[in-house]
Amino acid sequence: MEKYDVIIIGGGVVGAAVIDRLAKYELRCLLLEAGSDVAYGSSRANSGIIHAGYDAETGTLKARFNREGNRALWNIARELDVPHIKTGSLVVGTAEQLPMLQKLKARGDLNGVVTEIIGRAEILKKERNVADGIEYALYAQEAGVISPYKLTIGYADRAVTNGAVIKLNSAVTAVFGRRGNFRVHCADGAQYAADTVVNAAGAGAAEINRIAGAEPLTVTYQKGEYYVLDQTERKNISTIIFPLPNEFGKGILAAPTADGNVIYGPTAEPTVNGDTSVDAGGLDKIKKQLAVTYKTPDYRKSIRLYAGLRTICGMDFVIEQSKLKDGFSYLAGICSPGLTSAPAIAEYVVNELVAPFKALVPKKNCVTVMPKHKRLKELTAAEIKERVRADEAWGRVICRCESVTEAEIVAAIRSPLSAVTVDAVKRRVRAGMGRCQGGFCMPRVLEILARETGVPETEITKCGKGTEIVFPRG
Amino acid sequence: MYFNVAVIGGGPAGMAAALAAEKKGCSVVVFERDKRLGGILNQCIHNGFGLHYFKEELTGPEYAARFAERVKNAPGITVYDEAMVLSVTPERTVTALSPYAGLITVEAGATVLAMGCRERTAGAIALTGTRPVGIYTAGTAQRLINVDGYSVGKEAVILGSGDIGLIMARRMTFEGVRVKLVLELMPYSSGLKRNIVQCLDDFEIPILYGHTITRVEGAERLRRIYYAEVGEDIRPKPETEKYVDCDTLLLSVGLIPENDLINGIGIKMNPLTSGAVADEYRQTSVPGIFAAGNVLHVHDLVDNVSAEAELAGSAAADYAKGVLSHGEACAVKVGAGVRYTVPQTVYRGTGKVDVYFRTDGVYKNKTLKAESGGETVFSKHRLILTPGEMERIEIDKSKLKDSLTLRLE
Ligand SMILES: Cc1cc2nc3c(=O)[nH]c(=O)nc-3n(C[C@H](O)[C@H](O)[C@H](O)COP(=O)(O)OP(=O)(O)OC[C@H]3O[C@@H](n4cnc5c(N)ncnc54)[C@H](O)[C@@H]3O)c2cc1C
Ligand SMILES: Cc1cc2nc3c(=O)[nH]c(=O)nc-3n(C[C@H](O)[C@H](O)[C@H](O)COP(=O)(O)OP(=O)(O)OC[C@H]3O[C@@H](n4cnc5c(N)ncnc54)[C@H](O)[C@@H]3O)c2cc1C
Repeated sequence: MEKYDVIIIGGGVVGAAVIDRLAKYELRCLLLEAGSDVAYGSSRANSGIIHAGYDAETGTLKARFNREGNRALWNIARELDVPHIKTGSLVVGTAEQLPMLQKLKARGDLNGVVTEIIGRAEILKKERNVADGIEYALYAQEAGVISPYKLTIGYADRAVTNGAVIKLNSAVTAVFGRRGNFRVHCADGAQYAADTVVNAAGAGAAEINRIAGAEPLTVTYQKGEYYVLDQTERKNISTIIFPLPNEFGKGILAAPTADGNVIYGPTAEPTVNGDTSVDAGGLDKIKKQLAVTYKTPDYRKSIRLYAGLRTICGMDFVIEQSKLKDGFSYLAGICSPGLTSAPAIAEYVVNELVAPFKALVPKKNCVTVMPKHKRLKELTAAEIKERVRADEAWGRVICRCESVTEAEIVAAIRSPLSAVTVDAVKRRVRAGMGRCQGGFCMPRVLEILARETGVPETEITKCGKGTEIVFPRG
Repeated sequence: MYFNVAVIGGGPAGMAAALAAEKKGCSVVVFERDKRLGGILNQCIHNGFGLHYFKEELTGPEYAARFAERVKNAPGITVYDEAMVLSVTPERTVTALSPYAGLITVEAGATVLAMGCRERTAGAIALTGTRPVGIYTAGTAQRLINVDGYSVGKEAVILGSGDIGLIMARRMTFEGVRVKLVLELMPYSSGLKRNIVQCLDDFEIPILYGHTITRVEGAERLRRIYYAEVGEDIRPKPETEKYVDCDTLLLSVGLIPENDLINGIGIKMNPLTSGAVADEYRQTSVPGIFAAGNVLHVHDLVDNVSAEAELAGSAAADYAKGVLSHGEACAVKVGAGVRYTVPQTVYRGTGKVDVYFRTDGVYKNKTLKAESGGETVFSKHRLILTPGEMERIEIDKSKLKDSLTLRLE
């Protein structure tokens, strides 16, 4: 049986950030992810906002990790070559709502977050398309957007580069034993041994606690639905536009994405684990609520709908050492601002939950800055010529909408955490993310995946078993 | 590098434009991003192409091959295949990228846009429910089946009655797929009548007009679709919702001219066609840039594409040589019952000009009229007119006054 110092269950942004951090020490680390890629849960479907941190209740873990995470994330995004933009954010309100904005600002002050209240003239300088009734806004310059799945993938790639092991398609079904002697079983029959286990399974965390005999967790689920808009809409919005937060969360926003699209959403609908469907009713809510804050939504430019699942476990993040199961820790209810908080959560997990069991001896020669992968669109003419001369695949455009070349796709397949599904390629290089949604390039991506991995096209999947795209004839 | 005429796209439009320009003595370059010429025709292995142009019935690849052969044998035409055009400027500098030739930059006396169109997707029509595998645009499924030689599922539903969807209903039936249902939002088909007959009726595949999908279900693979009748407001009536189990859904919900390349270079666009505004010679609002085929407006018949592209290619050649001239401009306007026309400007002079148009609904027993300067310059009675079939009328250019209005009476 393969033996590890630490096993992390769940390859969302939190699990990936934790293993990335642990990989800097002389530890054998394993991450087990049920999905066919990391970022298979809420880390792939959220708003991608780097929150400034005025919103969380002062004194909570959310407030602390949001602030610390925000400070760390900009640099990490650069190290990991993850698309991000410091756009700043606006919480907008009418004249009557000014007191509520002031209350929000006061909370930001207590949380140590710089914000200011600005009037309509100032708002229009930052965002010309706020709705007509908007008179005031809380402006937070430290807010921005990041590609959430690219961040997760970036962490995973660096962890693997630094010697950690990540196993995909490995749904954990049982956790036996205790400190120094854990055995973790996966659905595919594989078993792994470890001294300590960290449960970072997101929506699956309650179930993992249950099977491990750790503290029972009561969680509820809520889905958030979105529209993704064509890149041509990007010119109409420059910052993040929030309404005033309400009891259901931060409300329907309009924001650019770090990759140059625009999103409208999310809704906040109670649901069950696993439900990421989009309902017509949800879309109607987006339309209705966005009209209050944003003047120029254009639903005809929709290229995609999606929904993400929030896992809620009380008011705050739950990050604990199990008292029932020595050597086992768990994270639950990591909903918003969990993405922003991930670096700070990881630091806390390593220092407070892993360090008591494992000596942290820094590894020598750790990689910190990952190689930068320039996209075709970012290259100069001279650079393109040089690359095509060295490798003709740089001259073969596979995805027309996003101008992605064969060379970039091959590089994703050969990256530290290899992309072996159509979706994994799409998230890494954006082939199929554009307005035709893979209509033209998907068959070509299939072909390249099959060639590079040696697996027949009929066995290549969109996102794991049961999602094969083509079948043999007859 | 300098060429008299640069053609972007090597489908039927691009090839016909290139041949017409070469015939006028021009040096021509054609950029095609695929491995071979032919465009969308290469995956249309059914017959029904060329009835007008070649006066015989050909398959798509056969039709394309006839043109490709001529292009290959034309000494004045240079073809770059696997060459994707990345940009074109209003001054007609065209930059393309190819694995073999690297980055290619050419200056052209005139440019013909012939990039074809792309399909509307699930996201574009805001298809709700889960996002499983098994949902393909009809053209993608066509490529997977006809070109790559795979099968895509066992039980299918088709949303939309565009021609590709209809053709695929038949094609999949031949492949042993059970096509259970075709749903069309509008009260009429957006495809050709002959395709409804030959692809659905002949195989007893039911089509429901005025119906749409309300949501799809299935975690990994598509399992079921729910559908409902739509009301006057084209919104589904919840009380009419039903479902059908299937593992494949093809979307044939519209084609959009592929104009991303010219985004932001100042070419005036027509929101009704999603193509450029064009004159009689298919010249756009930027002098020297012409457009033809599906990039200009979506055609039903390749024969019309070839004819339009020959016109554009020939005019581009004249432009490049500085001899394109015309009489006074006359705007083409749409009246009752007409959705759009191409071209949007015609010129006074001698001879005839063809004006293509689509109606905005199904009309029976109507007189199609064209008027200029208060006088009727064309009039014809028609038993039926549908948006699915592009119409053409011939106008005597000497009769044109300030503007030309098309309408149904
Ligand atoms: C709609 C929405 C919008 C949001 N917007 C923002 C935002 O703008 N800014 C922000 O900071 N935060 C935001 N969040 C919160 C953020 O997305 C989450 O906090 C974060 O993604 C949580 O990461 P995670 O790693 O804990 O969970 P997840 O990303 O869900 O990862 C858990 C992983 O565990 C895996 N797993 C589950 N069970 C098992 C098992 N048995 N065995 C193996 N693996 C298993 C899953 O497949 C999954 O990959 C938003 C969340 C939602 C839902
Ligand atoms: C499924 C289907 C069935 C049909 N059935 C019939 C029928 O039965 N009978 C009939 O007469 N007609 C039929 N048609 C209609 C007819 O075939 C099309 O209208 C015609 O092919 C359009 O020609 P085109 O040259 O404008 O576009 P396309 O054939 O799409 O060609 C455009 C070309 O441009 C290339 N291109 C685009 N952008 C770039 C770029 N940036 N750089 C380089 N190259 C580029 C593309 O790769 C493509 O090869 C059918 C069409 C389809 C799709």
